Amino acid sequence: MTTGSSSARRKLLHPLPLRIMHWINALAMILMIGSGWKIYNDEVLFGWLHFPEWMTVGGEAQGALQWHFFAMWVLMANGLVYIAYGLITGRFRRKLFPIRPREVLAEIGEALRFRLSHQDITRYNAVQKLLYTGIILVIVIQVLSGWAVWKPIQLSGLSSLFFGFQGSRLVHFIGMAAIVGFIVVHVALALIVPKTIGAMITGGPRVDATPDGPPGAAPPETAH
Amino acid sequence: MSARSPSPSQFRPKAGIDQSILENNKALLAEVDRRKFLRGSLSLGALTMLTGCDVTSQDTVQAALRAVSSFNDRVQALMFRPDHLAPTYSEAEVVKPPRFNAYYGVEDVDRVDGAKWKLELAGRIADKQPWTVERFYTLPEQEWIIRHICVEGWDYIGQWSGVNLRHFLERVGADLKAKYVAFKCADDYSGSIDMATALHPQTILATKYARQPIADPFGFPLRLRTATKLGFKNPKWITAIEVTNTYPGGYWEDRGFNWFAGI
Repeated sequence: MTTGSSSARRKLLHPLPLRIMHWINALAMILMIGSGWKIYNDEVLFGWLHFPEWMTVGGEAQGALQWHFFAMWVLMANGLVYIAYGLITGRFRRKLFPIRPREVLAEIGEALRFRLSHQDITRYNAVQKLLYTGIILVIVIQVLSGWAVWKPIQLSGLSSLFFGFQGSRLVHFIGMAAIVGFIVVHVALALIVPKTIGAMITGGPRVDATPDGPPGAAPPETAH
Repeated sequence: MSARSPSPSQFRPKAGIDQSILENNKALLAEVDRRKFLRGSLSLGALTMLTGCDVTSQDTVQAALRAVSSFNDRVQALMFRPDHLAPTYSEAEVVKPPRFNAYYGVEDVDRVDGAKWKLELAGRIADKQPWTVERFYTLPEQEWIIRHICVEGWDYIGQWSGVNLRHFLERVGADLKAKYVAFKCADDYSGSIDMATALHPQTILATKYARQPIADPFGFPLRLRTATKLGFKNPKWITAIEVTNTYPGGYWEDRGFNWFAGI
C-alpha cells in the first residue's frame, strides 16, 4: 500500500467530534454551575454558604432558572452523544480502562513527590483514568438527581432513591461540589502541562487508532 | 398594591390592552432573522469567555430562553401523569401554621372580608352565578396531607381541605376540554394552570388548613392547593376563576418563571 494508508489508520489523539463535545460540555457545565449557585442562594442548604452574586449566571432567580433549564438540555444531549461515541468507537475502553488500584496508589505517591511524568499525553495514567471515569459517573448521577429535584412527584421513584426532595437537593449539591473540585484539579493540571490544552483544541499528535491494541504496548509498526 | 381597579369585572384589562403578546411575537420574529440569531449565538459563546459580562438582558437571548421555557412546558405536560398521586403524609407530620409566601411581605397582607367576598366565574363555564362563602362551604369536602414545594427550594407538609376542583368545574358546567383554568386574587396576584392538573385528584379549592378555616395570611377564604405543582402555582385569596383557551399567564410567569412549574 501507499504511505496514505498509514496516516489514515493513525488518528488524532482527540478527534474533532470529541473536541467539540468537550468544549460544549465545558460551556454547558459553567452555565449549569453558575445558574445553580444563584438558585441555591434563594434557599441555602448551609447557612454559612452563599455564593457571591458576581459568580452566578442569570441575574435574578427566574433568569438563573431559565439558564439552568436551557443548559441542562445542552448538557444532557451532548453527554448522551459523548457516551454513545465513547462506547461505539471504543475510546472509553482504549483510554480509560483498565484502572488498576496498585497503579493508582503508586501514581498518587509519585504525584505527591512531584515526580509524575506528563511527557506522554497520548496515554492516560491510572489517576487520570480514575478521575475521568469518576467524573463521567458523577455527571450521570448529577443529571439523575437534577431530574429528582425537578420532578419529585412525577418521578417519585427516582426521588425516593435520593431520599426525597431535600435529599435530592443535597445529592445535587454534593455532585456540584465534586464537579467543581474536578474542574479545579483538571484545569490546574492542564495549565501545568499546557500542551494538553493545545491538544484539546487542535487534536494533538497522531496516535494509533487500533481499538484493541493492548494497553501500554507500543503502537505496532504500520506500512510505509 | 392598595389601589383597586375601578373595573366591575375582574377579567377586564386593568391597563388597556395587554401588549405582552405582541411583544413576545416581536421577539419571536426577531429570532427568525438569521443574522440576529447568529449574533445571539456569538454573544452566548462570549459569555463563557467574559465572565461578569451580562448578556442576559439582550432581547435575542431573552427570546431564546423564553422559547426553551415554553418547550419545557410541553415536556412537563407530556411527563404529567393524570392518575399518579403525590405521596401523602400523616397528621403528625403537618406543620402548623403553614409557611407564608407572597410577592410582598407578610406585614402587607390585606385581609379579605368573608361577608363581602364573592367568587366570580368567567369564560367557558355554563353556570356563572357568583358564589358566597356560605354557599361555597356547602360543597363536599376532601382532605389531602401533601408536601408543598417552593421554587426557591424549601418545603413543608400541609393538611388542606376543600372542594375538589374537578368536582367544582363539573358542578358549574365548565368546558373540561378547555386548555387553562385561570385565577384572579384579592391581592392582585394571578395565576393559571393546565386543565390536566386542574382535573388531578389532588387539586382542590382549599377552605381549611388542619381542619380549621384558612386563617390570614394564608388565603382566607379560598386558595388553590395542587399536589403536582410548585408553591407559586397555588394562588391565595381567590376571587375569580376563568376557564379559557387563551394563555392567561400569571404574576410570576409574566416575570419569567416557568409556566407549567410541575413537580
